[in-house]
Order: sequence, then C-alpha cells, then structure tokens
Amino acid sequence: MKAERALQASPKASPVGSFLGAVRAIVWKDLAAELRSRELLSSMLVFALLVILIFNFALELDVKARATVTGGVLWVTFAFAGTLGLNRSMATEKDRGCLDGLLLAPVDRSVIYFGKAIGNLVFMFVVEAIVLPIYSILYNVNLFQPGLLLVILLGSVGYVAVGTLLASMAVQTRTRDVLLPILLFPLVIPVLIAAVKASTGILEILPMDQIRPWINLLVVYDIIFTAVAFMLFDYIVEE
Amino acid sequence: MITVKKLVKRFGLKPVLRGLDFHVEAGEFVALLGPNGAGKTTFLRILASLSRPSMGDVRIAGYHLPAQAAALRRRLGVVSHLPLLYGDLTAEENLVFYARMYGLPDINHRVAEVLELVGLAARRRDLVRTFSRGMQQRLAIGRAVLHDPEVMLFDEPHTGLDQDACQMLDTVLREVAARGRTVVMTSHDLARAADLASRFDVLSRGVIAASVKAADIQTNDLLAFYRESIGTGSVPG
Amino acid sequence: MQTTPRFLKILDIFSIILFAVAVVLVFFYAELEAIMGQVQRVFYFHVATAWVGMLGFLVAAIAGVVYLLKHERKWDVVGFAAVEISLVFFFITIVSGSIWARPAWGTWWTWDPRLTTATIVELVYAAYLLLRQGIEDPDRRARFGAVYAILGFISVPLTFLSIRLYDRTIHPVVIGNGGGEGDFDMTTRMMQTFMFSLFTFSVLFATLLWHRIRLGNLAEMVESLRLKITQ
Repeated sequence: MKAERALQASPKASPVGSFLGAVRAIVWKDLAAELRSRELLSSMLVFALLVILIFNFALELDVKARATVTGGVLWVTFAFAGTLGLNRSMATEKDRGCLDGLLLAPVDRSVIYFGKAIGNLVFMFVVEAIVLPIYSILYNVNLFQPGLLLVILLGSVGYVAVGTLLASMAVQTRTRDVLLPILLFPLVIPVLIAAVKASTGILEILPMDQIRPWINLLVVYDIIFTAVAFMLFDYIVEE
Repeated sequence: MITVKKLVKRFGLKPVLRGLDFHVEAGEFVALLGPNGAGKTTFLRILASLSRPSMGDVRIAGYHLPAQAAALRRRLGVVSHLPLLYGDLTAEENLVFYARMYGLPDINHRVAEVLELVGLAARRRDLVRTFSRGMQQRLAIGRAVLHDPEVMLFDEPHTGLDQDACQMLDTVLREVAARGRTVVMTSHDLARAADLASRFDVLSRGVIAASVKAADIQTNDLLAFYRESIGTGSVPG
Repeated sequence: MQTTPRFLKILDIFSIILFAVAVVLVFFYAELEAIMGQVQRVFYFHVATAWVGMLGFLVAAIAGVVYLLKHERKWDVVGFAAVEISLVFFFITIVSGSIWARPAWGTWWTWDPRLTTATIVELVYAAYLLLRQGIEDPDRRARFGAVYAILGFISVPLTFLSIRLYDRTIHPVVIGNGGGEGDFDMTTRMMQTFMFSLFTFSVLFATLLWHRIRLGNLAEMVESLRLKITQ
C-alpha cells in the first residue's frame, strides 16, 4: 500500500468558492446518479403523461375549452409529478444514511438545501421540457412561447423552493411520502393560482397588464420563500 | 484530544446520557463497549457533531461542540454502520464527490491513493450497489480518511460482515489508526475490539461505568470485566 | 402549578359574562339588517372568529420562532396550543360562513376570498397536526412544527392576495368589498356590537389558550414523572 501523503486539507481560496463548489458537487452527484438509474425521471414522466391522459377523459377538451383549461391541466400535472421527484430525491439521502454524510462535510447547511433544490429544479425542467411538446402535439396548441416559458420557470422555482424544504421534513417522519403533498399543496396555492392565471392569460393572448400582476406575485413568492426556506433549513437537519 | 464533561443528552424528557465524563489522549484507540440501548450510538453522534448535547461540555481537538462544530468537521472522520455511500455512483465517483464537498486539492490523485489504501482500486469503476457489505464498509472508511482527519469515530463497523470481511476491515483499521490518529470505536464484538484497541471503556446506564487500558488486562479477562461493569449477567450484543 | 391560578378562574368567569353580553348585543342591540334579515347576525361571530383565528396563527408562528431560537419546551406547548384552538375558531368561521351564505345568497358556499383563505388555513393547521403525529422524537416534533407554522403563516397573505386577484378577474364588476360576500353598511350600533364581539372572542381565545397551555405543561410533567418511575 502506498504511503499516504501527509495532507493538510486546505480549504479553497474563498468561502464563496467552496460554497459554490459544494453546491455544484451535490447537483452533479444527483444528476450523475439519476443518469445511471433513470428511476426518478422515468417515473415522473410516466406519471405526468398518465395525468394528462386522465384529464383528456375527465374534461371535455374540445378545441374551444382547451385554451382556457390548458394552463390548469399543465400545472396540476407539474404539481403532482413534482411531488414524486421531491420525495425520491430526498429519500435517496435518507435511505443509506447519506444525509449524515452531507452533514459531516465542513460546509454550511444551506449548501445542502441549494444543492438539492437546484437538482430538483433540473428534474422538474426535464419533465416539463418533455411534457410541453407532447401536450402541444396532442392538442395542437403552441406552448413554446417565451412568456409561457418564463411563467413555468418562475412557478417551478417557487414550487421547488418550498418543496425541497418540506420534503426534507417529510422524509424524516413515519408517514413520509403521503405527508409531502399534504404539507406542500396548501402552501403553494399562490404559485399554482398565479402560474395558471398567467399561463392562461398568455395562451389567450390577454393584454399585458392583466398578466403582469400574476408574474409579480410569482416573483415575490419565489424571493420570499427561497429566503425563508434557506434560513429554516438548518433547523430541519440539525438534531 | 477529546474531553467530555458531564454530558447529558435527553430525547424529549427521557435522558439517555446522564452526566458522562470521557477523556481521550491523542493517538489512543478506545473501544467503547456497552449493552444495546446504552447510548453508544447517541454518544458517538454527539462526538461526530451530528447531534447536540442537551447539557455539558464537549471539546475535540480544541474545538468546542456544538459552537465550533463547522470548524471541527474538517478534522473528523466518521464511519457508521450505514455506508453513507451512493449506490448509483461508482466507488471512484463517491470519493470524488466527498473530496469536492471537503474542498480537497488534487482530487484525482487523492482518490486514487485512498482506493489503494482500502484495497478497492480494481473496482473503482463499479457501481457501489454491486459491492458486498464488506467492500462498502471499506469504501466507507476510505471516504472517512479522504481529508486526512486527526480523529476517527467508528460506530460498530463490523456489523453484518463475515469473518473474511472482518479481517480485511481490521487490516484497514489498523493501517488507519497507525498514523497517530485518535480513534473511538463502539463495538459489540469483544474479540475484535481486543485486537485493535489500546483502551476499553464501558458505557452503561448513560455514563462511563469503567475503563481499562489494554496493557493492564488479559484478553481472557475482558468478558468478565465487561459483565462486572454493566452489572448484569448478560452477554454483549 | 397544581390548581388553576386565581387569575385564570377570574378570566373564565369574565369570558362567560362577556359572551353572554355579546349574545344579547348581537340579538337585541344591533339593528336588523335590511336585506339579509336575521341571518346577518351570524356575521358578528363569523368575522370575529376569523380575526381571532388569524391572531392564533400569529401566536403559533411567533412561538415557533422563539422555540427555534431558544429550544425551550414551553414555547412548543404554546405553539401547539395556539394551532389547536385556532383550528376550532376557524372551523366556526367556515361553518358560520356557510350558514350565512345559504339564506343570504342561496348557496352553501361562496368562493369568497376570505372564506376560501380561511379554509386553506384550516388545511394548513390540519397538515401541521398530521406532521406532528408522524414524528416520535419530541424535539424534532417541536422543531418541525415550528418551521411549518412559520412557513404557513407567511403563506397566508400571499394566498389571500392570489385568491383575491383571482376573484376579481372572475367577477370584474365588484359588488362592494371582496366580491362574493356582500358588504353592508354598518350603523354605529352594529359597529359597537362588532367591536364588542371581537373583544369577547379575543378574551375567549386567550382563556382557552391559557387552559390549553396549562394542559400541555401538565402533560409534560406527567410524562417526566412517568419516566422517573420506570427507571
């Protein structure tokens, strides 16, 4: 066995550098693991498509109704598929005790929050990126408008900001998976309402001043809840 | 190196550790023995900075817990009975990840070194979920020494391993301990502990009931010593 | 802390008296509202319980913050008590809202922003209780409860705002303040009755809260005694 080099574990040059480095490491880790197993994405995706299918039969999606209903259908789909992703993402940490591994690292706890949140956001984007074209094709609606994409971005950020925190809590309880939607949905109602109204407004090509208040609401929500969630995260993981 | 004074840990209202005193000099290898539920894991978690004391003073390598926990973590290496590894990543990727979390320089070189140390260099590109438990534990030790910590904490590392795997593990443990590191290891297995440790402490009813140096006791007498310390006739485990 | 403190006993009696007076005021002192008739009197209970319920949420959120900062069990007891009692108050709000709606507007439910928000808050409370139920470790239970109470409290204004905006786009011609739930002009006597009702429910809340906190603390005491015995 080679002799070990006497290492002085030297911290990176700047604290910001090591913070970002650690966040990047967590995101990379989640993406790499997911790329191998593809469990999370495939289940989110299949679930999303099933939801759309169910909506097809549950609502009379005739051409006229479609424009008004598309926003709602999309966001319900994202919200439900999103909980799958959030649950799974935190469950992998909990199951092998990996959360302890993360907690042992000499980094600020918020690194874990941001790392997981960004990872969750990427997964949501992937699912959304696949659902949008499929929905467009199935219902002959052009969903690739910049305004709509912005709304989806803002809505996903708010959803994931709160969702990551709550998933970290839920995974440490007895009732786990079942608990996350119960905790999450009442708190993300502003996001869902604003995202649906803004999406619908964009699809129906309503005037900007009717859409802007919703977008403002999304931005405010995102800022407030990302800040609050990241401050409270410490208390969730420390014993 | 490690000084614990009057440590109390309560879960809600239930006290698990009741005014525990504990002292370890640099370079000692302490085997912490005790019956199930005595609080060994709880104690180790507090030392690992994963859990806060309810009351009392804990100092490791000069750092005060929990106040200076963040600074301490760099000097601490922990192996628990859960592997703390990601099944869907390769052995190499797991170590690279942790190296990045610890902000180590020259990651690839360091990871290669550690893989050699724990005898897993040949399996570096294999997914951890294909590893046997013994191999996972060895990789876990690799993870724990990546950042060259001064203090190592092992929580029942031999759990679930067969004889061969235990022997391999012991080789690594000795190698790791040989570099002047301070080690605290909880264990069920008196025989294994006897092989490795320089001191035996018994944790019973929330305090350290007894302590004896390996030099001062015969291996044969260890079981009797243990039974006496915990005050019942039960066998450890 | 074995027997009820004297001040609490006085508060109990005071609450009962206030409540009795409030009922009298509501039924006999305030005038009959022209359009909606007798059923409008529900308003005095409906709105008062809502405001006080929100106050309870504020108490729970503040108790949560203090618990996280200080880790003293008593703040967890306060937070939990506040949520439990607010849950009941909001339930009264929702039910009385329904009772008011039926004769006044012919439906059991109006998707009025305030009523809808109250229902969502009720769901947040329920989620809070479910969360606590699923956790065995008391410290973790307290921490998670505190975090959720804080998050929940912050979400309420945003939720209310979003529903309010939503409502406005559905009913662009707004009848009075707040869309579905029609406002009426309050006379001085009505205003006095309302303020009195609000005061009564606040005192009632404080009394109940105090009782519930005592109950929680006593339970903790029993638990610690039980532990002493079994060891």
